[in-house]
Amino acid sequence: MGRYLLRRLLQLVPVFIGTTFLIYWLVWSVPGDPFAGKCGDRGCPENFRAVMTAKYHLDDSIWLQYASYMKNLFQGDFGITFGGREISDIILTSYPNTLKLAVVALAIEAAIGLGAGVLTGLRRNGFLDNLVLVSTLFLIALPVFVIGFVLQWLLGVNWHIVHPTVSSEMRITELLLPGFVLGSASTAYVARVARTSIAENRRADYVRTAIAKGLPMRRVVGVHLLRNSLIPVVTLLGTDLGALMGGAIITEGIFGINGIGRQVLRAIVTKESATVVGIVVVLVVVYLVMNLLVDLLYAALDPRIRYE
Amino acid sequence: MRVSKRASGALAVGAAFALVASGCSSGNDNGGDASASKDGAIVIDGTQPENPLVPANTTETGGGKIIDWMWTGLVEYPNNGGAPQNALAESIETSDSKVFKIKIKQNTKFHDGTTVKAESFVKAWNWAAYAPNGAQNASFFADIQGFSDLNPEDPDGDGPKKAPTPTVQEMSGLKVVDDWNFEVTLSAPTAVFPTKLGYSAFMPLPDAFFNMKPEEFGKKPIGNGPVKLVSWQDDVEIKLTRFDDYSLRDKMKIKDVTVKIYQDDTAAYADLVSGNLDFQQQVPVSSLAGDKWKTDLGDRAIASTTPSTGIIAFPIYDTRFQNPKLRKAISLSINRQEITDKIFFGNRKPADSWANPLTPGAEPGNCTACKFDATQAKQLLTEAGGFTGQLKMYYNADASHKEWMEAVAQQVKTNLGIDAVAVGVPTFAVFRANINAHKMDGAYRAGWQQDYPDVENWINPLYVKGGSSNDGLYSNDQVNALAKEASAAPSLEESHKKFADAVKLIDQDVPSMPIYFGGQQSGHSEKIKKMELTNVGELDITSVEL
Repeated sequence: MGRYLLRRLLQLVPVFIGTTFLIYWLVWSVPGDPFAGKCGDRGCPENFRAVMTAKYHLDDSIWLQYASYMKNLFQGDFGITFGGREISDIILTSYPNTLKLAVVALAIEAAIGLGAGVLTGLRRNGFLDNLVLVSTLFLIALPVFVIGFVLQWLLGVNWHIVHPTVSSEMRITELLLPGFVLGSASTAYVARVARTSIAENRRADYVRTAIAKGLPMRRVVGVHLLRNSLIPVVTLLGTDLGALMGGAIITEGIFGINGIGRQVLRAIVTKESATVVGIVVVLVVVYLVMNLLVDLLYAALDPRIRYE
Repeated sequence: MRVSKRASGALAVGAAFALVASGCSSGNDNGGDASASKDGAIVIDGTQPENPLVPANTTETGGGKIIDWMWTGLVEYPNNGGAPQNALAESIETSDSKVFKIKIKQNTKFHDGTTVKAESFVKAWNWAAYAPNGAQNASFFADIQGFSDLNPEDPDGDGPKKAPTPTVQEMSGLKVVDDWNFEVTLSAPTAVFPTKLGYSAFMPLPDAFFNMKPEEFGKKPIGNGPVKLVSWQDDVEIKLTRFDDYSLRDKMKIKDVTVKIYQDDTAAYADLVSGNLDFQQQVPVSSLAGDKWKTDLGDRAIASTTPSTGIIAFPIYDTRFQNPKLRKAISLSINRQEITDKIFFGNRKPADSWANPLTPGAEPGNCTACKFDATQAKQLLTEAGGFTGQLKMYYNADASHKEWMEAVAQQVKTNLGIDAVAVGVPTFAVFRANINAHKMDGAYRAGWQQDYPDVENWINPLYVKGGSSNDGLYSNDQVNALAKEASAAPSLEESHKKFADAVKLIDQDVPSMPIYFGGQQSGHSEKIKKMELTNVGELDITSVEL
């Protein structure tokens, strides 16, 4: 187990270097002069461009730029944006917001998705089963921005149940609606995967044995059935955190949340490699760690799985 | 020219003439309640300023608004669009439009308590003009004698050699006489110079600015206007409060203003409609269809016109576009009324003059090439010998230009029978880079919003040889000569007359095609009882009463 963990952690290093370079190179290859569009239709004065280009070493080759970026990164310096802001400051203020939103979404996803999946998996073809099937189909079919705008308009503007946008304090209660919107599609998938998995295992021998030896139904479902059916669901949920964080840009926009989405978008459009890489690097780490956690959870859920 | 950086806002940068008392309703005379106003606070929408807030280095609306509120210049532009009036200036005197004696009002204060003196202006202007500082607005100082000494030519243009560092740091045309008087000498007579002085590039800076890095100053800017900065939380909000030592005309009637930073204008709109936001300068495009915003907001909806024009320009350096008859044929084949009605739902107006008619000195209806006349267009095209190949019309696809550019291309195609297509360039940065490098092989979208209210701002930068935005390299010797005479005229009236003559020639040459005049659709909350928009459509925060 220890060796497995170490090996997995060591694997992070080449992945980390590879992704950072790839992203740096991709942003660098975006055509256009970052300072050409900065002053509107008038265009920027030559001196402004010259000063900025020199300040950010944009005349250097991609290798030199990347090397000096990595050197600074390992000294804890994420660099500054073209507007003069510390990128570490952007990361520190926007990441917690996105993480909070993604965690709320994940919690909603797990609670609703798993609950609906278990209920429908046990009683297939009933009214509830059909209701869940139809409503999940609905959630999967509707794009996030439609669900977001409709719910914001109905609950926030028309009925005044919630505040239409999230305040800067980012209270959990305010995040319930955006969290649901962000996790809506995944909730539907979790429900469906859980349903199938439960329904399949419901017919398994060990469940029949458990029932036959007279265990109460609560224990049969809660311990035997659920635990064995969780592996695909955990995989889905675990990898989803990264996807939710990276994909939150639309939800963040609709509900006015100051998250990483807008920062990445702004940085890509303005060719600010350092910002894009800085933010994505953290996202990459989140993905890698979550993947590792999921793999470790497998062993906890199913004793047959062992890591050497 | 300030540019809006909101993804969907695009050219919807603002401006307005309408004096607005409680929306559009005129009968509402129960103005503001002075006692409620006195300590009142409002929340309005904004975008994250791109750069630290230094007046000479801000060219976008997000930061520009804050600077306009935090600073008061020598002159101010009345909200109704009329001629500029002295603000901080006691008097601006000249006999030849070349040497200006400027006297400022005594003992006005910066927000840090220091006094605004003549040298606060002179030092700020020298800083902005000095090439190594790389200020975005540096070109505004090009009129002043000695500007070229601070901006030596790059010996090989865009080549590898760097421009030499200037040997002097001060423009010879600026002289401080005493604490309250200074003298400006221009390199050539310029009648419009005093008008320019209200633009944010010309704001004074306190001594504190010169003792720290501009970036540091710009995070906690110190101005001399009716409000001062309380705090700026990046991407979240900027808090402003009344500056109690402010002694000029436009004092605040309320106390606190919070600028909430939105990334998405629909989020701001949801807050506005549900009463959580007090003012939105431009409601989102999605609320314009079917006049939804008017139903949502009722008499709190404010429609106004802005001194900005949507233009399609020709690359005159491309040989295919060098025949004026061809350019006029294309312009005449565009039905501008149909575009503004169908694409903009009547919220923008068809352009019929070269300078926006809201600008002092501009004449409405002087663009004969802006009419829709398919027959004459066809005839001119035949006379010009037709057009071979594809007529590309470029626009930047990262803002909402696709619909109207495609409609224009379709009209040209239908009415002239040439193969016109609208081509989207992914980002504004790429689009601008190609335009700057004179590499366009087709017509392209441009936009212009006046920096200061005078017709000069619509001619010199756009249609005169060497103009800062004459990207198509249009040049007509007669126009150049007339514009030079107009700029050097001893009075604004004579200057305007000469510019009118130059416009007549431009109208024959059709170097570009004005398509629509800008409009702005704003909204405010029930809390605001009285407010006005400035000449460029920003909220005049000093007019707000609750």
